[in-house]
Amino acid sequence: MSSILIIEQILNGLQFGVMLFLMAAGLTLIFGVMGLINLAHGSLYMVGAFAAAAVAGVTGSFFLGLIAALAAAALAGAIIEMVVIRRLYDAAHLDQVLATFALILIFSEGTRWIFGSFPLFLNIPEALSGPVSLPGGIEYPLYRLTLILIGMAVAGGLWLLIERTRIGIQIRAGENDREMIAALGVDISKLYTLVFALGAALAGLAGALVGAIQSVQVGMGEPVLILAFVVIVIGGIGSIRGAFIGALLVGLTDTLGGVFLPELFKLFMDTGAAQKSGSAIASMGIYILMGLVLIWRPTGLFGARA
Amino acid sequence: MTLDERYINGLVLIGLLALPLWALATDEPFTITLVTRAVILALAAVGLNLILGIGGMVSFGHAVFFGIGGYAMGILAYHAQTYTALDLGFFETDGTNSMPVIWLVAMIMSAIVAFFIGLLSLRTSGVYFIMITLAFGQMFFYFAISWAQYGGEDGLSIYVRNGFPGLNTLVPIQFFGICFALLCIVLFLFSRLQSSPFGLALNAARQTNARVETVGLNPMHLKLLAFVISGAITGLAGALFADLNRFVSPTMFSWQLSGELIVLIIIGGVGRLMGPVIGACVFVALEHFLGELTEFWHVYLGIILLCIVLFGRGGLIGLLTGKEGAHV
Amino acid sequence: MKKLLLAAAASALCATGALAEVKVGMITTLSGGGAGLGIDVRDGFMLAIAQSGRDDIEVVIEDDQRKPDIAVQLSDKMIQSERVDVMTGIIWSNLAMAVVPAAVNQNVFYLSPNAGPSPLAGKGCHQNYFNVAWQNDNLHEAAGAYANEAGYEKTFIMAPNYPAGTDALTGYKRYFKGDLAGEVYTKLGQTDYAAEIAQIRASDADSVFFFLPGGMGISFLKQYADSGIDLPVVGPAFSFDQGILQAVGDAALGVVNTSQWNKDIDNPTNEAFVESFQAEYGRLPSLYASQGFDTANLLLSALEKADPSDADAFREALRAADFDSTRGDFAFGPNHHPVQTIYAREVIKEGDVFTNKIIGAALEGHSDAYAADCKM
Repeated sequence: MSSILIIEQILNGLQFGVMLFLMAAGLTLIFGVMGLINLAHGSLYMVGAFAAAAVAGVTGSFFLGLIAALAAAALAGAIIEMVVIRRLYDAAHLDQVLATFALILIFSEGTRWIFGSFPLFLNIPEALSGPVSLPGGIEYPLYRLTLILIGMAVAGGLWLLIERTRIGIQIRAGENDREMIAALGVDISKLYTLVFALGAALAGLAGALVGAIQSVQVGMGEPVLILAFVVIVIGGIGSIRGAFIGALLVGLTDTLGGVFLPELFKLFMDTGAAQKSGSAIASMGIYILMGLVLIWRPTGLFGARA
Repeated sequence: MTLDERYINGLVLIGLLALPLWALATDEPFTITLVTRAVILALAAVGLNLILGIGGMVSFGHAVFFGIGGYAMGILAYHAQTYTALDLGFFETDGTNSMPVIWLVAMIMSAIVAFFIGLLSLRTSGVYFIMITLAFGQMFFYFAISWAQYGGEDGLSIYVRNGFPGLNTLVPIQFFGICFALLCIVLFLFSRLQSSPFGLALNAARQTNARVETVGLNPMHLKLLAFVISGAITGLAGALFADLNRFVSPTMFSWQLSGELIVLIIIGGVGRLMGPVIGACVFVALEHFLGELTEFWHVYLGIILLCIVLFGRGGLIGLLTGKEGAHV
Repeated sequence: MKKLLLAAAASALCATGALAEVKVGMITTLSGGGAGLGIDVRDGFMLAIAQSGRDDIEVVIEDDQRKPDIAVQLSDKMIQSERVDVMTGIIWSNLAMAVVPAAVNQNVFYLSPNAGPSPLAGKGCHQNYFNVAWQNDNLHEAAGAYANEAGYEKTFIMAPNYPAGTDALTGYKRYFKGDLAGEVYTKLGQTDYAAEIAQIRASDADSVFFFLPGGMGISFLKQYADSGIDLPVVGPAFSFDQGILQAVGDAALGVVNTSQWNKDIDNPTNEAFVESFQAEYGRLPSLYASQGFDTANLLLSALEKADPSDADAFREALRAADFDSTRGDFAFGPNHHPVQTIYAREVIKEGDVFTNKIIGAALEGHSDAYAADCKM
């Protein structure tokens, strides 16, 4: 196996990882600040992708589609926060699970009601299509490279927002002591709506960006949701840094496992059997990773010590 | 108006028995099948309720045991049906189509797996526990999909329902009788367990480990034992479910199923004896009747579930008895 | 969801009085991710029933949500409560495997409008089971045959890691005479194929064969088109079907895929079908719609000759397959699976709409590899 292929696969893993980070960041923020398990986060990802596909379809502009995705997901997030989620902050995790599970049902079938049962079309913009040549003779799709850069930029921006701005201070304070910041005169319900909408917008952005190279269809959010949960649990719930590291770990494990495990198995099996058992183990790879991390550190890599 | 929980429990059991008998009298065999389905799902959820309701452990991977029970039935019956030997590596054995044997295997296998999953998962708590159990569920799910020997994603079809001595299990009402009897036995055990020293200690461990430790008990051991019993009960339900459908497939391991079991308990009332039973009846009924009304029935199901959470804390039993918590 | 197409005019029945009512149970996927396929089968089927003008056929339609246990439950309902004579509708192989063996053993006829898993074509075949679509391997076998014809010598082949995926690669290899540049099983439901595409790029393949139904295929094609690799791609019709082609867009243009049906097959039945389907539902029919339509017409042709209560006569009438198929010639092999021509088609753009055009026959009078194992 050539080094070019290995580097290309590492890039693929990175790209998958940063997109997972966009999903996981919102999830972990919402959990960290409000203590809420939001199963409906995958639905916001889907809302973003559908909004982008609908607007890009009408206007022909991918960029407008992206803006629509951000706006629609943020709006949907703000609405469900104000109508449903707000009543659940003091409820048990179990009630949150059931309520947000109910939201998944409503969003999924509601979307099918509006857009029909067939996948929608969303393509990458002309300017970003096709491969580029990287140093060392690697041909890599420009769009995927762009995704890596956007993901990194969002991670940096989020870090700045949380570490360097007034809202960031409030968010960090909210993670530590809810009553205290309310007592200090911060409008906590506005802060919560804001954080929820921010997390939703990130999920919507991920949905639109990824939707352009995947299939925009009902139910696209659930597999990603599960992966995002794996990410934040590996990273430690509530930790943005943990989500970032966790996302890259999951992205790389999934991508590289799928490629190299079958190769590894070929050393002592015939090709067909190695392919089958290698890919079977690879599909369990990230869950095995998560299990190992939690057995080693029961609150994730960067989670608060229990 | 509020009712005593014991009356509600009695009414539910009577209703659960009366409905199939009425269906039998009016020759509506499908209604019996539907009630049987609810009874089996209730049994699985009672297993989960033991750790979730009393022990406070939210397992998002109980489909593992449901699936193991299902596959125990599938594999044993498959070998019996094809007259092939079941090769266990160190010895070979024949399959079987006797229900009691299948139940026993299902429960033992589930208990063994529950022991190891519990050993690893119970090191964590809270959301981490939810997620690590989910991870185990996903591992089993993907394993089953690629397990070509037993059908992979297609699953295994069993042509004739397994037998129970003295009964014809293919007759819907007789199979219902078996499932209902098992549910009653497990409910009885559950209620005894709840008020036993073990149940009380488990309940205490849910609130704080220290309380249990001061009386000289190890909360880890308590929780692990509860987890194993819980897994075995859900495994038994899995074997019955596979027999109801005469079919087993990886969807029995899916995270959606784990989620559904949790939903059943919340609908009925967490930690309550009959919570899972009421939840299962309501869920199966909603699934059936809403599905007849509109193609987009999931939307309505979602809205109903949402209302239960927002306005019916303590589940339906909580609503009826006027008591929000089960542990008062 | 349940719809009843009831006998429209009871009085008309009384007047003629001769025909007993026939009850058909359709279990198909109408909600959730794979709903598009079930809706097409249902619409095609109901179109044919409506066109027949017969008012003595009642069709009970139920949604299986693509869950095997729900499908089994509905099948129990169809047989126990509704007491249907004929069942049909299932889209997915794993659901068919859950439902069909038990149903046909209870003396119900089952006409498959889509799934054709290999056990039901070989050792597990049954006299009451008829497949009106294809055996699962057929379109992949045709893709292998087409690859030979096109002169490909080294193919990279790929499918999800589940039984239908294994069947697909087996089917392709059964007919393809060249070598394999790689053989990859992906995760079921996978949406990112960057890793596989990199493997394709690194291999010395001269062509790519893939079987990735539904959303998986859309994702792969978009990503493949963007990768800059220009090796020719071959696949079965499932990723190039009318319902999803619009979502793939330009990425699919020029790709050759294999199918037993296309809207430009030149026969009067097909012409009328495409026209009336478009008029009725406002969209182009898909492969699945054509299969639903053919299934209903097969059923209607048999009902002309015999009543399902006379099982032997009805079975003979079905076996004769005495109806005008949208695919032209259609006959059943000894295992009640189709013997038919499978075409190679190419994705083209007609105005704004992406669709397929037939470029030739990949396999003619094709049956399947399992017929010899079937003892009926």
